Formats: sequence, C-alpha cells, structure tokens
Amino acid sequence: MNYTVDEKGFYGRYGGAYIPEMLHANIEELQSKYISIIEDPDFQLKFRNLLADYSGRPTPLYYADRLSAKYNSRLYLKREDLNHTGAHKINNTIGQILLAQRLGKTRIIAETGAGQHGVATATVCALMGMECIVYMGEVDIERQKPNVFRMKMLGAEVRPATSGSKTLKDATNEAIRDWITNPVETHYIIGSVVGPHPFPDMVARFQSIVSEEMLKQLQEKEGRNYPDRIIACVGGGSNAAGAYYHYLEDERVRLVAVEAAGEGIDSGRSAATSVLGSEGIIHGSRTLLMQTKDGQIIEPHSISAGLDYPGIGPLHAHLIQSGRAEVVSITDQEALEAALELSRLEGIIPALESAHALAALKYLDMSADDITVISLSGRGDKDLSTYMKFLDHE
Amino acid sequence: MNKINRTLKALTKPALNIYFTAGFPQLQHTVPIIESLASNGVDLIEIGMPYSDPMADGPTIQQSSSVALRNGMTLDLLFEQVSEAGKKVDVPLLLMGYLNQMMQYGEENFLRKCKQVGISGLIIPDLPPELYEEQYRELFEQQEVEIIFLITPQTSEERVRKIDSLSNSFIYVVSDSSITGQTKNISTAQIEYFQRIQKMNLHNPTLIGFGISNHESFMQASKYAAGAIIGSAFIKQISGITSEAELDGRIRQFVTGIKSGE
Ligand SMILES: Cc1ncc(COP(=O)(O)O)c(C=O)c1O
Repeated sequence: MNYTVDEKGFYGRYGGAYIPEMLHANIEELQSKYISIIEDPDFQLKFRNLLADYSGRPTPLYYADRLSAKYNSRLYLKREDLNHTGAHKINNTIGQILLAQRLGKTRIIAETGAGQHGVATATVCALMGMECIVYMGEVDIERQKPNVFRMKMLGAEVRPATSGSKTLKDATNEAIRDWITNPVETHYIIGSVVGPHPFPDMVARFQSIVSEEMLKQLQEKEGRNYPDRIIACVGGGSNAAGAYYHYLEDERVRLVAVEAAGEGIDSGRSAATSVLGSEGIIHGSRTLLMQTKDGQIIEPHSISAGLDYPGIGPLHAHLIQSGRAEVVSITDQEALEAALELSRLEGIIPALESAHALAALKYLDMSADDITVISLSGRGDKDLSTYMKFLDHE
Repeated sequence: MNKINRTLKALTKPALNIYFTAGFPQLQHTVPIIESLASNGVDLIEIGMPYSDPMADGPTIQQSSSVALRNGMTLDLLFEQVSEAGKKVDVPLLLMGYLNQMMQYGEENFLRKCKQVGISGLIIPDLPPELYEEQYRELFEQQEVEIIFLITPQTSEERVRKIDSLSNSFIYVVSDSSITGQTKNISTAQIEYFQRIQKMNLHNPTLIGFGISNHESFMQASKYAAGAIIGSAFIKQISGITSEAELDGRIRQFVTGIKSGE
C-alpha cells in the first residue's frame, strides 16, 4: 500500500483541491513550487538551523518509567511539548514562514483552535518581521485565554470567528475568506494536515522531523529504529502525521489515531470523525467529516479546542479506511483523568489534546516488551483553567 | 441552444441576475420571491442552496444561509419549491451551492432532479473546471444542466479561454478578489480587468458579480458585460420581512431602483 500523496494531491480517494477560482492562482503556485522550495539545500539549512537553535530540537524521546510500570509495557514520550511555544505546531510554522518568504509574501494569516498554532505562527512572524492575523473562534478565545494574550504580545492581531460553532472549523472558514480577499500579498499558514493540496503534504513534510528523530533515538535507546506502536491524537492530524511519517510503509509499526469522543460518541456532543463521519468535502479537501445527509457540516464538540474539528486530514482518512491505522475514541472525562495521571506519575502536565493520546493506553493490548511511542504533542499551560475546574470537582 | 443563452441573446438591455438564499427570510418565501422577481423583470434568478460552511460567501449571505437552515431548509424541500415556482415563471433558474451538497445528494441524482424541476444552470464555486471536465461534464451534459464558472482578476488568459470552451451559458466575472457582499466603488483597476476580458471576444457572454449594489454600479458594470449579478444588496433589502405582501412591495421597489435608478 502507498501512503504518500499522488500528483493530484490524493491519498487513495481522499484529498485533492476543491477550491473556488479565487484561490486557484495561489494554490497552483504552491502546488508547483512547494517541493522544489522544501528540497532546496539552502532552505533545508535554514529550516534545520531554526528547528535546532530556535525551537530546541531534537526533542527528547523520554522513557516514562512510572507510566510504563503502571501499564506494564515500555512507553516512550516524544516530547513535542518541549518545543519553543510548547507544541509541535512550530515545526510547521517555521517551515511555512520560510516558504512564504521564498514566495515573496508579506502578510501572514492563520486559523487556530487551541491557540497553539496561532502562537506558533505569531512567533515566527515576529521573528521574521511579518504582519500576522490569526482567526480564532469566539468559544476558543474564551477557553484558551493565555494563548490569546501570547499572540497579542507577539504582535499578532487576533480576529474572532463568530459564525457556526465559533470554534476551529469557523476560524478556518474565516481564514480562507481572508485569503480569497487578499490573494496576492498573503500566505495562509494552515495549522494541520488539512485543506486543499498541497497543504496536507506540505505540513506533513514539515512535521516529519518528529519521526525522523525517533528513528535515531530508538536506535540509540533500543538498538532498533522502530517501535511496535505509535499513538497520537488527531485533530486535523499534524502531530500524528509527523510521528507516523517515516513509519507509514513499515507495517511492523502499528499506528493508533486517537479521536475526541467529547461527551461520548452517541451524546450528540462529539468530535469522533472516523466513527460519526462520512466522505465529503471540508475546507477544500475530500475526506471524512461529520455531516447531515444534506451535506451540512455538523458542529463538533470536544473539551480540547485543538481536537474540536468535524473533519480529519485526508492522509488519516486514507490510513483509517485502509486499515493501516486503528482508531481509539476518548471522552472529555477520560482525557482529564489521563492528564492528571501523567502529571502525578511523571511530573509532566500535558496539553488536553495530548492527554487524549495518553488515555488510549488503557484500551490497547500491549505486551510487556512492546515498545510504544506516544506523541506528547504539547504542554498543558494553556489548559490550566480547565484543569483547575476539573480538580475542584474531584 | 439552452434557456440561458436564449434569454441572454434576446435581451436588448443589460441582463439583471438576482441571487437570493432559498428559505430566507421565511421558509416558505422561496416561491413568492421567485414570482416577484420574475414579474418585476429580472432576467435570471440565482437560488442559493443554504450551506453551513459557505467559504466563498461574505457575512450577509452566510447569515441568510444560517437563518434558512434554522428555518428548516433542505434540498428536498428546495427542489419541491423550485418545481412549484417553475410552473409559474419562465425566467431561467440557476442554483448556487457547494460541491459537498451535490455529492451527498448523489451527483447524478442531483442533476436529474435539477432537470426535472427546471433548473437551467449550476454555480458551484468549489468545483474547479479541471475536475468538472474530468468527472462531471458528461453527467451535466446528459441532464442538460449548464455549469457556470467564475473568473477573477488572477485568472490567466489561457485559463479564461479554457473556461470559455467548457461553458455554454455565461461566465461569472468576479469583480474583484473578494468574497460576496463587499461593496466598494468600481475602481480603474477593475475597469481595466473588465475591458481585458471584454476584448477577449469570448464565445460566452459574461455577467459581472460581487459587490454590485445599486443602479450606478449595475449600469457601470454592464458597460463591460452582458449584465450583472446582485446578491448581498438584495438579501439586505428583504431581511427580516415576514409578510408576502411586504416582500413583494420591497422587491418591486428594489428591482425598479436597480434598473431605472429611481
Ligand atoms: C498540543 C496540541 N496537540 C494536538 C493538536 C491537534 O492538532 P493536530 O491533529 O494537527 O496535531 C493541537 C491543536 O491545536 C495542539 O495544540
């Protein structure tokens, strides 16, 4: 099975670029140039240097002793939370801002859910002296306040998205509308492996540094360069794409995608796209999404703003549909409990998104000598107010 | 010849195409709006299929779409309403919506239904011409439904020619890089763009849309095209109306105003 994107931007039957004519020139420019730009040695040098000196890569692959003891298996955490700005999102924004410069763009827009991608975008815009506008759903502005403030402090303008569920999907709509209105000078730094081709592949390539490091780190620590299993949460799917990337064709490695079940799959307040979704088009890509029989997109729910999205990237739709990846759905409550567990066992407070990946451990059939890598995509600072409410309750 | 190009060919004055969102302001207003537009001399009617995530639309149309969906609008109901309206008016009816709506209905089903209820053409902004040609052209032709493509100031000449060759009704000239509903005065850069398209001598007539809001902009745009399309400005006029009589009065006033400036 082939899991890389084809010439027209498809992963199997998913992907493509279903875009209005107003975006054609921009998307075509990206499609025709992104690979040659990314593969250019000078670009790679700049990208790698920034990842190392600015973001602090490589991030550790940490053997979680007490967590391993609890689950009676060998568990590693890929510490994306230790990146500058606190999540994997910056791998992508460093790549895309360099690309935007190559394209001669002067204005950057982005969408954000948890605010991590917004902060990572505002950060690289400050670094490069570029104008930055971040669209964020009104609901998310409320629940991720520290990140809103960080973006402002970094000089970005945060514009509230007030339509629909006022979350990530709506922020993405607004960003696309901005791009339609300002196509010439603006680059849209999309925050996950979603959107029209070439965004899913481009973002996956920038995030692939995660599994590139895992190859080496596992070799050093375990004497073999692959794990038995990789677990990652999937909002749009960028941290998962990065953690899977170099193992996509390696069938020895089981891929586990963790979705947000919200208040429960059947509760009507969920974001478990692969269970509740069907094939359709969202944000310019053919993929799985939650929709009515008339094709109206259903407003999702997750306690975690970064997973509160009614679709998944086309790569993941393909991995799931082909059986290459298995899916675990985790409720709000389970994620909160997993966050508390990691905090108490390892002294690491994870992001609510990453806590979903951790919560999947209890559902997996792992033997004692299995090696599992969990993508710890971000840290929990932004979620403290949610955690405080939860702890008050307990 | 199809109904759209027959209508456009017969006109001696600029064509006025009005867009409205089905099921807005009230669920049952679709038919009365069509009747009223037709009896007031509108040449083409573009019926919006309300969508939850209309990415090419500005706040006015977004808002009207959410209201229509909240009112209970569905595709099945829309087809029923269009079928009823089609018995009363002879103006070409177009549908505008997003590809996912057509996909979920089943593309072939959708097109068959369009033909059955008398829809002459479709505007699907997120269906690019390449994909249309590869996957949809045959289906459209079988059901005799016309596709209407958009072009923008960034669309290359080669691409405009390609779109012209795929079209058999009219081409929708997006007046500026924009989403719907942003009203500005027509600038010299836009006029140069309209003239550039006009000089290409395309097979298909063009209609200019996005940002046309009053008699002046309608007449000005029509100098460079067969006519123009008005959407958001019309939606604003009928927003909040509850009675059909008031609706009819407001539509007469609006359409007369656009055509004559009074
Ligand atoms: C820490 C963290 N993990 C995961 C995600 C989900 O995004 P993705 O699925 O693209 O990795 C987010 C999104 O905001 C995030 O902030």
